[in-house]
Amino acid sequence: MVGLQILIDGFAISALYALGAVGFTLIFGVSGVLNLAHGGIMVVAALIGWFTAGELGAGTYGGSLLGILAGLVCAYATYLLVVRPIQRSRAIPHEESEIFVLTGTLLWGIMIQTALAYKFTDNPVTMRPLFSGVVNIAGVRTPRNEIMIAVVCWLVIGLLWLLVNRTRAGKTLLAASMNPRGLTLLGFELSRVHLLVWSIYGLLAGLAGVLLASFLGVGPNNTGQLTASAFSIVVVGGMGSVSGSLLAAYLVGYLETMTAYLVAPTLRPIPALLLLVLVVYVRPQGLLGRR
Amino acid sequence: MRRLLRSRPLWIALVVIGVASVLPVWLSAYVLGVLTAGYYFGVFSMAWDLLFGFAGEVNFGPTFLIGLGAYTAAILNSRFGLAIPLCVIAGVTVALIGGLLLALPALRLRGPYFGLVTLVAVLLLQNAVVIFAGVTGGEIGMTVPDVLSLSAATNYWYGLIFLVICAIILFGLSRSSMGLILQASGQDPIEAQALGFNVTKHKLMAFSISAVFSGMAGAMLVFYMGAASVGTLIDISIGVQIIIAAVLGGRRSILGAALGAVFLIAAGEVLRPLGQLNTFVVSALALAVILFFPDGLLGHTLRRREAK
Repeated sequence: MVGLQILIDGFAISALYALGAVGFTLIFGVSGVLNLAHGGIMVVAALIGWFTAGELGAGTYGGSLLGILAGLVCAYATYLLVVRPIQRSRAIPHEESEIFVLTGTLLWGIMIQTALAYKFTDNPVTMRPLFSGVVNIAGVRTPRNEIMIAVVCWLVIGLLWLLVNRTRAGKTLLAASMNPRGLTLLGFELSRVHLLVWSIYGLLAGLAGVLLASFLGVGPNNTGQLTASAFSIVVVGGMGSVSGSLLAAYLVGYLETMTAYLVAPTLRPIPALLLLVLVVYVRPQGLLGRR
Repeated sequence: MRRLLRSRPLWIALVVIGVASVLPVWLSAYVLGVLTAGYYFGVFSMAWDLLFGFAGEVNFGPTFLIGLGAYTAAILNSRFGLAIPLCVIAGVTVALIGGLLLALPALRLRGPYFGLVTLVAVLLLQNAVVIFAGVTGGEIGMTVPDVLSLSAATNYWYGLIFLVICAIILFGLSRSSMGLILQASGQDPIEAQALGFNVTKHKLMAFSISAVFSGMAGAMLVFYMGAASVGTLIDISIGVQIIIAAVLGGRRSILGAALGAVFLIAAGEVLRPLGQLNTFVVSALALAVILFFPDGLLGHTLRRREAK
């Protein structure tokens, strides 16, 4: 009984983790940026979605769309206002730009968090479920919303796979992650590729944020935790490897769910952290990473 | 010696210290308290800058070392009634051992991976403090029976003297051959190795020194505040503040880090009327400095003089 419960809950949580981490890993793979404002962007989408759906009366679906849009806008802002100026700055030595991007996006994330906390307070909010009703799976009462969230996550991840592997624009992304210089030599504008990947990232992070708000509830205080979990999933799976991130998302998701159900809810994040340390020491390139 | 006497930074530093040491005559206890906290913070930032600015390793977990030192000292003092100096020494030892345990395997990793491991170390320590709430006081924190002094002025001088001593040692180290080797191994480890320097040994040394000073400052801070809690010593946001201070002041300058820390603490206090927006403004300010003056406040002026 508890086993099945863990299986179902873990599946939904992991699907959400996967969706959140895929965008993060995509950006790292294509443009080498570790975006520490990731959690902030997710929370922006969640809170705008909740606010427009409830207070402004846009309805659950309208609110979700506006939330995703807000995530997209916020991702653009992150790229255009923080990441690109640092990458292009002449005063920052090239080999140090990675560290500056880390620090810059971290600060930007804090700014987003405090601005949101100022506007919407620190309290976590929960959006109305996108799908109502309860389904009985072999004796485990599961909200239909939970199942549909997992389905939506996997649909979007599938679409992303199609986009990257089957379309021309997607193949440019793939090429940029393998050899950016080769791509520019072939006459592609690298900055347009980066803009494309940030757009995809914004949509993914926005969707993940909105779904999270309707599943568990989110508040400005969660930004750090969200960034940390995306970061650790990406590292465990292998930086830049999408399939690795999916695998790692399930590993981390199930580890957390099992700890919460079988040991104690307060210890929830610990096994995942230990797994992270272990992977970093034993196999720094991650489970499915290249290099 | 002659060159040292003629160098302008030395005289500026002496004047600044001179002015700072007579401040208690005019300033209120409240302002002194703010500055004292800023001084301990300055030591945190300088210790971090030695590792980042010189060894080129981003330590996202300075609060891991600080927390180890602080909590060891606090537990020994409140549970076993050890005298303050002994507690501080024990705190330094534990911070050093913990730092070595963390760094020995972690320094094999490069760039973001090293940063990540240090970040995880903080999260684990934070969880450990909460789990062993019986000993550590958990999320509420714990108070220590002994404090350095009840007088704001005396506390202020303790903080100032501590900052100055640490600054002299760390600045000296950074200008010694060790600082140069660290800088070389941070910028191009392969070439540094080819020149015959043991990069790992030097980085480990830098990490140990950073651990000693962080642990000591953490332990001292506990006895200044009379309390230890996760929110004031270990939380990631404290680590972020330390990093902001060092980058703001100018990385690779040690003294800039101290300046940045005092500035940051003072700015946080001045902006307190803004309430929640206080953190927003400070972060925006730091982001602007990173974008427009990546060398930081002090680095900018120092570098410009070098260029002349």
